[in-house]
Amino acid sequence: MPQLAESLDAPLIFEQGQPGRANPYVPHHAEGAEAYLPRDVLRSDLPLPDNTELDVVRHFTRLSQRTFGIDIGFYPLGSCTMKYNPRINDAMANLPGLRDLHPFAPDELAQGALAIMWELERSLGSLFGMAAFSLNPAAGAHGELAALLISKAYFRKRGERERMTVIVPDTAHGTNPASAAMVGYKVVSLESDKRGRVDPEALRKVAGPETAVCMMTNPNTLGLFEDRITEIAEIVHAAGGLMYYDGANANALMGNARPGDMGFDLMHLNLHKTFSIPHGGGGAGAGPLGVAEHLVDFLPTPVVRERDGVFSLDFDVPSTIGPMRSFWSNFAHMVRALAYVNANGAEGLTRVSQLAVLNANYIRAKIRDVIETPYDEPCRHEFVASAQALKRETGVRALDIAKALLDRGYMAPTVYFPLIIPECLMIEPTETESKETLDAFIAVFRDIIKRAYANPREIEAAPQHTVVGRVDETRAAREPNLRWSP
Amino acid sequence: MLEAVGAKDLAELVKVPDDVALRAKLELSPPLSESEIACKFATLAARNDAPNYAGFLGAGVYRHYVPPVVGALAMRGEFLTAYTPYQAEVSQGYLQAIYEWQTYICLLTGMDLANASVYDGATALAEGAIMAINATGRQAVLVSKAVHPNYRAVLKTYCDGLEVAIDDLDYLPSGTTDFTHLNDKLAGGKYAAVIVQSPNFFGTIDTFPAETAGAVKIGVVAEPLSLAVLSAPREWGCDICVGEAQSFGVAAAYGGPHVGFIACTKEHMRRIPGRLAGRTVDNAGRDAYVLTLQAREQHIRRERATSNICTNQAHCALIATIYLAAMGATGLRDCALENLQRAQAARKAVLDVPGVSARFSGATFNEFVMRVPGSAAETLAALQRNRVLGGLDLGRFYPELDDCILTTATELTTQADIDALQRELRTVVPSLRKKELAAAR
Repeated sequence: MPQLAESLDAPLIFEQGQPGRANPYVPHHAEGAEAYLPRDVLRSDLPLPDNTELDVVRHFTRLSQRTFGIDIGFYPLGSCTMKYNPRINDAMANLPGLRDLHPFAPDELAQGALAIMWELERSLGSLFGMAAFSLNPAAGAHGELAALLISKAYFRKRGERERMTVIVPDTAHGTNPASAAMVGYKVVSLESDKRGRVDPEALRKVAGPETAVCMMTNPNTLGLFEDRITEIAEIVHAAGGLMYYDGANANALMGNARPGDMGFDLMHLNLHKTFSIPHGGGGAGAGPLGVAEHLVDFLPTPVVRERDGVFSLDFDVPSTIGPMRSFWSNFAHMVRALAYVNANGAEGLTRVSQLAVLNANYIRAKIRDVIETPYDEPCRHEFVASAQALKRETGVRALDIAKALLDRGYMAPTVYFPLIIPECLMIEPTETESKETLDAFIAVFRDIIKRAYANPREIEAAPQHTVVGRVDETRAAREPNLRWSP
Repeated sequence: MLEAVGAKDLAELVKVPDDVALRAKLELSPPLSESEIACKFATLAARNDAPNYAGFLGAGVYRHYVPPVVGALAMRGEFLTAYTPYQAEVSQGYLQAIYEWQTYICLLTGMDLANASVYDGATALAEGAIMAINATGRQAVLVSKAVHPNYRAVLKTYCDGLEVAIDDLDYLPSGTTDFTHLNDKLAGGKYAAVIVQSPNFFGTIDTFPAETAGAVKIGVVAEPLSLAVLSAPREWGCDICVGEAQSFGVAAAYGGPHVGFIACTKEHMRRIPGRLAGRTVDNAGRDAYVLTLQAREQHIRRERATSNICTNQAHCALIATIYLAAMGATGLRDCALENLQRAQAARKAVLDVPGVSARFSGATFNEFVMRVPGSAAETLAALQRNRVLGGLDLGRFYPELDDCILTTATELTTQADIDALQRELRTVVPSLRKKELAAAR
């Protein structure tokens, strides 16, 4: 348990230190900026605290002790693929020749970096069956946005300006409709069928001359494979639309099936999920964008080119949507991802997804007698459970189970998503967890459910052993306090 | 485990319908052990020789000293391997760090509030423009040509999607934005925002005009170290301040990950994109932090969200927060002064070379534009042959400035670097000058 100690009080950095407690990082200047610049552009004061390095070390060490990461314990956060991040990846990203390389360095002095991007793009293309990948987008949602911008540019070029709607299943991640809105598309939500999947008949009714894109996650957020995907793609294509693959769940099929073979024209990957990049408390991520042959000319700039073993950045792409970000990619993450690809090879990556699916099914099989697991069939890399019956019988909600898990040293699953499952808990163990870890989690989960029946108040009072108890979110939103003030 | 799940083998678990089964051979390089990976990447890293040159590149990515304590703390596994702090009770440390980051950005910019980060400076600008578009209901923005060309290109990518028009403001011989005909342009109430960068892409300290006729003033800061000495963006008129915080301890890393910020006045609070950490209390009345105002966000609001952003640049923002804590006001100010001093030394050194002149007259921070006879590209190529990266060829973005170089000096620029730059220019410039004269004849 990382954070038992009540004594780990953590005042803000702004409430510590004394003026003039400077660390000798750079030469001291007795003169003021007036020596270099006109007074009217200068500030009068800089109200930041001065702290000794020791105090800074203690402050942030204390904050780290109040933070739960994969390194602390099991992190079954559904749809986030919280797998172990091999430390070799970080070490490679930190090599001075990669870490200190300026993005405006001439191509001939950046051949190693370009070779890394090139090999990664090719590897992803082969793994997912796409004609080309751009490493430009900074995160999954950013990749979605780039893909939808491509679709818009593509239809504009074809003179099909009336294609302004995006079809999104009701199980989709919230980023899908939000990305659609950012390119001015209207969203048509598609209700899932009894099997938790897209119903081709329902799709047929909404697909038409206004359809730009159908955005799908496969396996979907219920952890179920969309087994009628070929038919779905045919319907969308027959209507003249494009198929988009949300790669958030790519860890379920990597090396075993490819979106390109399912009829997808566009896709993104959450490289930080599937390719073992540390999530860093919410980023940085990386959201490479894959396209089929007919969309290659629309990729964001720059594109990496190779000629006779010499690499270059090409900013002159015929129908490009333009750049998505300040510089070429979240390159340090490309280094990490390629190190991971190289460590595994094709067979290793194929096995990764098989084991991820095995682990999810194992937990599912071991808890389904104590909690409802909708859609009675094996899952892929994650599954959903519903605390609806538990809530009806005891008053204990999904949120309470989540908080009780925190008390027992586990990160909580994703809760209340997907929206179509009442009292939803979404569990994704990933392939890097051992059977012992899974068994321990299963035992705790079962114990929490048992206690919920025996003494629901106990579970509703959780967490008791964390540095703070349940946080007043209503007050946070009603009286926003978003910064310290002097 | 297979028995428990009722499968005969692993392949059965991942089986897909025949029509989409994998038929292609996966073309990946064969697996390597960790020692082989270390060798492979060391070789690749060695093929990037640029960091070993005397370097004067900046233009939105700056080489600054990073105290080792920053990496040592940021790389702690608890921070590194956490994700978005949805479960506040076990994420108090990270949430507090985000709150401290938001505070640092507010103190530096003078704005009322800041978000938990966006991808980078360019996307911060695009998202800031969307805030202004939503605030005003207007469908065009007015942008200074002295804003970073990459930022303007990304703004265009986003605006193309939203069918928002972008018009330019030219620059003056001083290197600042030309507001001469601004009132005429603003008269129709067409523009949602006026966008200016300071120090701008030419390194020149820029500002807003007093009146913008209801257009939101968006200020861009690509070199936030300048804020240690320059007036806070709120003081020079920003309603929204966006920028890039790579300078605060984040590696250049061939372009990312870096970290964008968005700060604004209270008036725009509910339009700001992305995560916000807020301070509140727990059920026992203890101080606590939590992600807040989530009704703006995509996972709640879906297509009516203020942005689609989900994962941001939390770890880079953490690095910046630790950097700022370690530097403190004193260290940050000293560092800024060191930049001013060395950039002025570099400027003086190159202007001493006959034939080299200053392109702009305005006050600068740590970058300046020098004009060379003939072509900037040729000059830079000649310098590069002698292991000097003299700066950025502005002809790449401004055809009319193809004889201009944007040169940057920081606290890591040594006198030896400056001497090398001057020496090589003394060799290169006369021959280019001769060539130019010959061409003129």
